[in-house]
Amino acid sequence: MLATGVLGAADDPWIRWDWVSGHTQVIRAALMQHIELTVIAVVVGLVIAVPLGLIAWRQRFLRGPIFSVTGILYTIPSLALFAILIPFTGLTLLTAEIGLVSYTLLILIRNIVVGMDSVPAEIREAARGMGFRPFAQLWHVDLPLALPAIMAGIRIATVTTIGLVTVTALIGEGGLGSLILDGLIRDFKSPLLVGTVLSVALAIVADVSLAGAQRVITPWARGRVRA
Amino acid sequence: MNFLGQVLQWFLDGIHWQGDQGIPNRLLEHVSMSALSLLAAALIALPIGIILGHFGRGGNLAINISNVGRAVPSFALLVIAVQLVGIGPLPAFLALVALGIPPIVTNSYVGMQEVDADIREAARGMGMRGRVVLWKVELPIAMSFIMAGLRTSAVNIVATATLAALVAWGGLGRFIVDGLAQRDVVQLFAGALLVALLSIAVELGMTMLQRITVPRGLRIRDFTQEEVGIDVVAAV
Repeated sequence: MLATGVLGAADDPWIRWDWVSGHTQVIRAALMQHIELTVIAVVVGLVIAVPLGLIAWRQRFLRGPIFSVTGILYTIPSLALFAILIPFTGLTLLTAEIGLVSYTLLILIRNIVVGMDSVPAEIREAARGMGFRPFAQLWHVDLPLALPAIMAGIRIATVTTIGLVTVTALIGEGGLGSLILDGLIRDFKSPLLVGTVLSVALAIVADVSLAGAQRVITPWARGRVRA
Repeated sequence: MNFLGQVLQWFLDGIHWQGDQGIPNRLLEHVSMSALSLLAAALIALPIGIILGHFGRGGNLAINISNVGRAVPSFALLVIAVQLVGIGPLPAFLALVALGIPPIVTNSYVGMQEVDADIREAARGMGMRGRVVLWKVELPIAMSFIMAGLRTSAVNIVATATLAALVAWGGLGRFIVDGLAQRDVVQLFAGALLVALLSIAVELGMTMLQRITVPRGLRIRDFTQEEVGIDVVAAV
């Protein structure tokens, strides 16, 4: 777990293409695991955050407790959160996912509340006047209007999770983080660089695709500067 | 004996409270490294964000640097720093500073942009010069954003300083990293508790500092607004 060399070997270049071409399988597997860990975390995070976000929005007195608990989870450093879980859930995928999901909650819940709060009161009034029942109004009026802020939250949560997944390498998961850890342990730059570049690229691709998805599902919001 | 009992015993053991490897020294290392990194990051980032915001230039750069910062894993940053300068405290410091800069630049820029053009106009109409407007009008109004940036940075830095134990440096992360390496779950858990407590303390401390430094008339009541606005803006 410790860096072995004092300085990176002087003749070790930042990238050795022969290493890359000889390890395409390993690199692809790491990338796929990275995507898998991220998708599970964000999806499970959303499943938990949507009801909690709606509760926090509706019941003002629950806002404080919900934000405090998720805020504390968000503040605890990832490595420490994993370490707290290890005695109970071991070096497993479950440990990694509990940690990763915990970090998405604050971001998602905050943005859901902000999005719902931003729906103008007149529109709610109008919807009620048109005879919408509470649930129909939520589904057809409030949620669509809150969507830009919610999507912004999903984008931040996704990009943050992609970065945090690298840390799970230290507890035996890690996706691209396992390449970065390999680079540290063996004092070898190629896996480090490949892991880092792919992780950043994955974050950018995910962010841009989600932004694109947001444009497609909220055609009425196009042309506005801010969500 | 049950697990939590063992953890309690670990904390009560005097040997964990003395010397270079004791909790007090590790805490001191963690805090001093974090404080130094935050200071350096602020010295670099605050002038950039404030000047860009004051002149209303480079908005894309100022806002996107935060998104880019989020995309670069702090773990990778740390290992890259090791490749550049070797193991020890220096790579940890460099990585922490690099990691601390983006939120401060973005938030101070956004804070300066939040200043209403009419207020600037009024200040100038009252005969204030550029620099006076900056110090007496713009900065106080932007203060809650500037402090939010410093708070985000501080929390990120303290969190990542935990990882710095991987590159042969001390701090409270030492207990976690050693615990993992030695399969010593008690030490691992105890170290994690210490790190978690420190992070929460820093978050609370910085939140209080944020409250105190914002002029009374400008304090935002609704805390969801205060905390959310920045991230939402940064992501769009």
